[in-house]
Formats: sequence, structure tokens, C-alpha cells
Amino acid sequence: MIPELGKYQVEVLSSYVVSILLIVALVAVSVIRSRKMRAQLDDVENRSRKNG
Amino acid sequence: MASIWEYANPKKFIATTDRLLPWVSVLAVAALVGGLIWGFFFTPDDYKQGSTVKIIYLHVPAALMAINIWIMMLVASLVWIVRRHHVSALAARAAAPVGAMMTVIALVTGAIWGQPMWGTWWEWDPRLTSFLILFLFYLGYMALWAAIENDDTAADLTSILCLVGSVFALLSRYAVNFWNQGLHQGASLSMDKEEHVADVFYYPLLLCIAGFILLFIALVFLRTQTEIRARRMRALLARERLGQ
Repeated sequence: MIPELGKYQVEVLSSYVVSILLIVALVAVSVIRSRKMRAQLDDVENRSRKNG
Repeated sequence: MASIWEYANPKKFIATTDRLLPWVSVLAVAALVGGLIWGFFFTPDDYKQGSTVKIIYLHVPAALMAINIWIMMLVASLVWIVRRHHVSALAARAAAPVGAMMTVIALVTGAIWGQPMWGTWWEWDPRLTSFLILFLFYLGYMALWAAIENDDTAADLTSILCLVGSVFALLSRYAVNFWNQGLHQGASLSMDKEEHVADVFYYPLLLCIAGFILLFIALVFLRTQTEIRARRMRALLARERLGQ
């Protein structure tokens, strides 16, 4: 499955693992914060509407 | 044709980016996954670098983005300073963590590649050093936003910091051309066919770069929307407190 990387296998694989983990982590944090903020703003807006 | 300044309206910005975000996200994933699979599985080893040449598909796009994201932040900051559009200041704020992450990827993959190729993880070479300083500027920029409570004051001060940091963003790009004593080689991408990498590496690299650019656009759309909502929430909560 993994191509023959020879004596640099550790270097190449660690580069890919570190980079992909960083990208996935930032995407996950951005999506979670976006959903949380959307829900929080909805709550505050509903409360403001009720209070006039 | 609609003026670009219409998108400075937060509602218009959110409505437009909500429509675009799914498309940009799908294209980003397709280009990034396609480019990385192509580069990792279907390109040969380099005669000098062996399989470490495969690191190019992460290192080059990340380094390119690290510099250009700061330039995008500079443009957005200038728009804030000149026209006082909140969306532009918030877009700069939203882009900073993405730029910092790209800088980390460029520094880490560069170090991992440098160890077997140059015999060292790190060298105080002009490009490497200016990249490290650019990363510190990213951290300082994010810390300054977080430290100041008033949004307008934070936008003013971070815009000035962004202007100063631009010197290092440009230095990172052109350091190789200014000084010849560094270890870092010249550009991997060049309009001159003689200078850039061989075609077998070049096309998957272009696809990876497209993937990184689209990923950045998707993340900035999403994160700017979040910053706009956070700002509105702070304003509503302040109004509530005044009403009590």
C-alpha cells in the first residue's frame, strides 16, 4: 500500500502525519467554534427579542 | 455589477459565504486529497533527494501560504485603517491562525527534510530565520487581538503590527535572492521552465497548492463568519448589561 520510501521512510511519513494532523485539528476547531458561536448568538438574539 | 464594498456589510458577507462555503470546501478537499495522493503514491524518487522529495507537496504550498496569508491580512488591515469596515478587520483576525499553522507546517517539514539533506535540523539561514520571525509575528498578532477588549482598538493596533510584520513576510519570500550565503535553495516554482522542478513533480505540486489555497479560503469564510457573530454577540450582551 505505502510506496517504497527507502531510508527516508521516517522523515517522509512524519512530515505527512504532522501536517495532516495540524490541518485536521485547525479545521475541527474552526467548525466546532463556528457551531458553538451560532448557537450562542441565537440564544442571545432570542433573549433580546423577548425583552424587547 | 455589485461593488466589492457591499460585502463589507456583515449580513451580505455571511449570506454570500454561506452559499459559497460548501463548494469551496468540496473543491479544497478534492484538490488537497488528490494532490497529496498523486504526489505521495504516483511520483518517483528524486535522483538526489530520494523519497524526501515527497515532502515538497506539503512544504512548498505551506510556505507559500504562510507568506501570502500575511499579505492578505495586510490588505484587509489597510482596508480597515482607510475605510473602517469591520468585516475586513475580522477577516484578518480569522486568517491569522491559518497563517500560523501554515508557518508551523513549513518550519517542521523543512526541518525534517533538512536533517538528512543538509545534515542539520536548523540553520540561522536568512530564509529560515525570517520565517521563524514571521511565525513570532503571527503569535504576537493573535495575542494582541486576544489581549484588547475593545474591538476597534484591537483592530487598529493589530493593523499596525501587521504593517510592521509585512517586512518579514516579504523578507521570507525574497531572502534567498537578497543573500547568497544561506543554505536554502531558490524557488521551486518559477515561470522559467529551466529553473523550476521537473514536470513529474510540478503538476501534483500545482494541485496541492490549489488545495491549500482553497482550504485557506474555506477556513477564512467560516472563521470570519464566526468572528462576525462573536462581535454581534458581544454588542448584544453589552446592550443587555446597559439595560439592566
